Amino acid sequence: MNDIIVAISTALSKGAISIVRLSGNGCIELVNSCFKGKDLTKVNSHTINYGHIIFENKIIDEVLVSIMKSPKTYTTEDIVEINCHGGIATTNKILEIMILKGARLAEAGEFTKRAYLNGRIDLIKAEAVMDIINSKTEKAREISINQLEGRLSNIIRNFREDLLKLLANIEVNIDYPEYEDAEVITIENIKKQIGVMRDSLNNIVKESLSRKIIKEGINIAIIGKPNVGKSSILNKILGENKAIVTDIAGTTRDIVEGSITLNGIAVNFIDTAGIRETDDVVEKFGVEKSIEQMNKADLVVLVLNNNELLTLEEKNIISKLKNKKYIVVVNKRDLKNNLDLSEFELKNVIYTDTISVDGVEILKSKIIEMFNLEEIEENNCEIFTNVRQITLAKEALNILKDVEKGIELNMPIDMIEIDIKQIWTKLGDILGENYSDELIDKLFSQFCLGK
Amino acid sequence: MKYDIIVIGGGHAGCEACLASARLGKKTILITGNKENIADMPCNPSIGGPAKGIVVREIDALGGEMGKNIDKSFLQMKMLNTKKGPAVRALRAQADKITYKKEMLKTLEKQENLEILEAMVEDLIVDDKKIKGVILADGKEVFGSCVIITTGTYLKGMILYGSTKISSGPHDEKPSLYLSDSLKRLGFNIKRLKTGTPPRIKKSSIDYSKAVIQPGDDKLYNFSFSKKIEYDVDKQIPCYLIYTTSETHKIIKENLTKSSMYGGYVEGIGPRYCPSIEDKIVKFADKDRHQIFLEPESLFYDDIYIQGFSTSMPHDVQEKMVHSLPGLENAEIVKYAYAIEYDAIDSKQLKPTLESKLIENLYTAGQINGTSGYEEAAGQGLIAGINAVRKLDGKDPLILSRNEAYIGVLIDDLVTKGVIDPYRLLTSRSEYRLLLRHDNADIRLMNYGREIGLIDDEVYEKFKNKVANIEILTELLKNTKITPKADINNYLESIGSTIIYDSINLYELLKRPEIEFSNISKFLNKKFDDEVIEQVVINIKYEGYISKALREAKKMLEYEKIKINENIDYNNVPNLAKEAIQKLNEIRPVSIGQALRISGVNPSDISMLLLYLKRNYNE
Repeated sequence: MNDIIVAISTALSKGAISIVRLSGNGCIELVNSCFKGKDLTKVNSHTINYGHIIFENKIIDEVLVSIMKSPKTYTTEDIVEINCHGGIATTNKILEIMILKGARLAEAGEFTKRAYLNGRIDLIKAEAVMDIINSKTEKAREISINQLEGRLSNIIRNFREDLLKLLANIEVNIDYPEYEDAEVITIENIKKQIGVMRDSLNNIVKESLSRKIIKEGINIAIIGKPNVGKSSILNKILGENKAIVTDIAGTTRDIVEGSITLNGIAVNFIDTAGIRETDDVVEKFGVEKSIEQMNKADLVVLVLNNNELLTLEEKNIISKLKNKKYIVVVNKRDLKNNLDLSEFELKNVIYTDTISVDGVEILKSKIIEMFNLEEIEENNCEIFTNVRQITLAKEALNILKDVEKGIELNMPIDMIEIDIKQIWTKLGDILGENYSDELIDKLFSQFCLGK
Repeated sequence: MKYDIIVIGGGHAGCEACLASARLGKKTILITGNKENIADMPCNPSIGGPAKGIVVREIDALGGEMGKNIDKSFLQMKMLNTKKGPAVRALRAQADKITYKKEMLKTLEKQENLEILEAMVEDLIVDDKKIKGVILADGKEVFGSCVIITTGTYLKGMILYGSTKISSGPHDEKPSLYLSDSLKRLGFNIKRLKTGTPPRIKKSSIDYSKAVIQPGDDKLYNFSFSKKIEYDVDKQIPCYLIYTTSETHKIIKENLTKSSMYGGYVEGIGPRYCPSIEDKIVKFADKDRHQIFLEPESLFYDDIYIQGFSTSMPHDVQEKMVHSLPGLENAEIVKYAYAIEYDAIDSKQLKPTLESKLIENLYTAGQINGTSGYEEAAGQGLIAGINAVRKLDGKDPLILSRNEAYIGVLIDDLVTKGVIDPYRLLTSRSEYRLLLRHDNADIRLMNYGREIGLIDDEVYEKFKNKVANIEILTELLKNTKITPKADINNYLESIGSTIIYDSINLYELLKRPEIEFSNISKFLNKKFDDEVIEQVVINIKYEGYISKALREAKKMLEYEKIKINENIDYNNVPNLAKEAIQKLNEIRPVSIGQALRISGVNPSDISMLLLYLKRNYNE
């Protein structure tokens, strides 16, 4: 577990500087063996040292090497960071050298995993760090940072502490039935405490679910028949020429993704290309494929041509919009109106053209309106940000409800306690800290028991 | 002299071990320092209580002796936690220490294949990591294929009070001075533990008018499943409750440094759950009084045990302390309290069969393994005895799972986690408390007892009958329906329940919290035993909880099923944490389930281990 891992910590692209990071026992010696400059094994911890990376007697790059010695490091192990000159070739070469010298390429998130396994951060924090790495928007970053500070961890930890006290008390009532000093826990005690916890956990879960958007953004599928202007709309929104646009139908060959940030929320566009038949020049409107995309999306943008009559495929798609969030964009409003939508009860219909800018702005503000993105920005940040946490919290909530059901059915306290213990374990799973003797320890530290 | 099995020590573990061995046809010898002290209770005069009482029933279901013996020798019976749910109810008996010993000795002496020898064992005969026998103090050798050590607190026993330290076992018995050195030489890690016992006072010197009487239950109870013993509930001997006074606390505080513990004379680690009175007063300074129970020890002598008052103060301070208690102003101390230190082995060096990992065919059970309590000792003794026999017979060992028995929980904790302070069973140590009830110990374990050969035909027939009747009653309840007729609904209302609108079977009706079996028995055309009714009612009323517990247990058993090859070298498993390698090498778990319970082995280590097992052993 303490073997040396290495990874390129910065995004692998053209940039001024890249960082190659190593962690594990002996990583300082490892880097020192291919470093020309000061003896890195003798420098102080948390220093930056100038020198060169040398391999087979050749200078590979001019670098700054940060030395951070255990235990005050991110992973609590020795860490070396090599600041080298950007450029994919050089950075990769240095990575390669480190691996040749005996380091192992780190798995995704392994530095954080080590920080967790070495006990420096709890699981919520570890996941939050992963989230920072992956977070696409400022908003999500804010939430991740908030969790790192442990606000949510603290709320959960307080729940657990309360439960532990309650459990220890019930256990004493059971294991030492004649011991008078312990308060005899009654159903009323439990009911009250569980009720408060249920409300507050419920709120956190509800908030979290509504805000999954913050973390992952909104996925928008743009669908429509060939050459209706999907790519043009997308390009206008993204402000760059991402999709290839021509007048020939079927030129959008692949599903093109692009993201923008609206009020701090990532909005991901999926341009759905139709399926092209290989022997036909004309792209076909792939209804099946479109429906598949619709199902994946949080919002469907159906683009229709103002100048043309509705096709059978388009009617088919419109009939399937009912259960989705959708916006119907009637494009080419500058051309003659031949489109008739009167037979459908459609909401959220907007008219645009891809030539002027304001058409796209209408679309953007419609999206903001539909997801209340302005509101999201205002709220506090004590929420779960990934599926694992939300799932566990939901499970805990269900058991909380079981407790209340048990109370209603007049179950004896030691039955109810089985469920309370489960909640305590589930919350421990969220934090990644379950220690089986915790309860026994509590029992003996809190109550004066003896023979 | 050559035996199949040699048992060293005649305490509660030793008695169960030698009886199991002899009953299973093995030529057995019990070597004990003093025959008169076989099955002695050097501390509290009671057997049972939460978790422990359930262990006694488990011992009985497996064919052990403790339950039968206490049924013959109790002064008082009490079912604890009756106001709580069925999972935590537990029987506790005040024992007559003299009768208990006498009855056990009688049983041992009557037992075929069992010989009792009064002697001290000083060394072990080991050849090529296999036990061959023992050497006695007089130099004589006794040979045996298996040896079970159940020496309790006798290994280098040291009695302490105040600054006095005396090399001794309990009751001024000779301690075993050399055996633990011999174990140490064989590679056992020896640790020092401590326990203590309160003073005994003369019954006739107590003024009971200041105490609250604690009588036995007015309902008749037995520990053993096999034979019902009738007794007169009114003739049970009561205990009494008093409280410490501010004077008691003052005396203790003023003399604190005179105690062995606070004076720094104790090396051993004492149990957390049973602190001395001085510990209680120091650690729980905010409490202005503590409960003290006055418990009779026997009808044959006059000693009263002061439960809750264990101390290591010098004798003059003990006098003052005792006299500060209400009703004990003129009490005469018959035996002073003391702390006792003793050597114990590291239970992590044992296999789940209680066989040593170091020396083949050598087993240990009871306090030597770091536990405390008569019941914990007896449970281990029985398992060690059974497994020694099965080893000699080339049969699979008996390893009880955590969802099957408290004995399973106990042994798994011992071999997986080890102990720091003397280990006591608590219901909270079990994850499946609801499954491990006192009332279903026979259903859980008697088939094992039968298969092993310790349950005779008569007892087993009775048991099978019970199981069959449980089935019959359950079906009957499911198939008996009542309809919403006026007389039925009137009846339901009269017993405080609500009326029905559709026909309903009795099984569903019983699920109503306010409905008891006695309310519905009149709809049945057949009579059943109370024991059968109890099982069925628990199964129905707590069905949801029980099935949840069963689900959890099933999950655990899945991991338990993945066995780890005995010869695995954890150093070769890639990416294991250093701590995990060290712990896994030390404990050498038999299954992934056990590995998961080792502290310091993380889930990521388990994934690595699983991967390795898959790749190398195709598990």
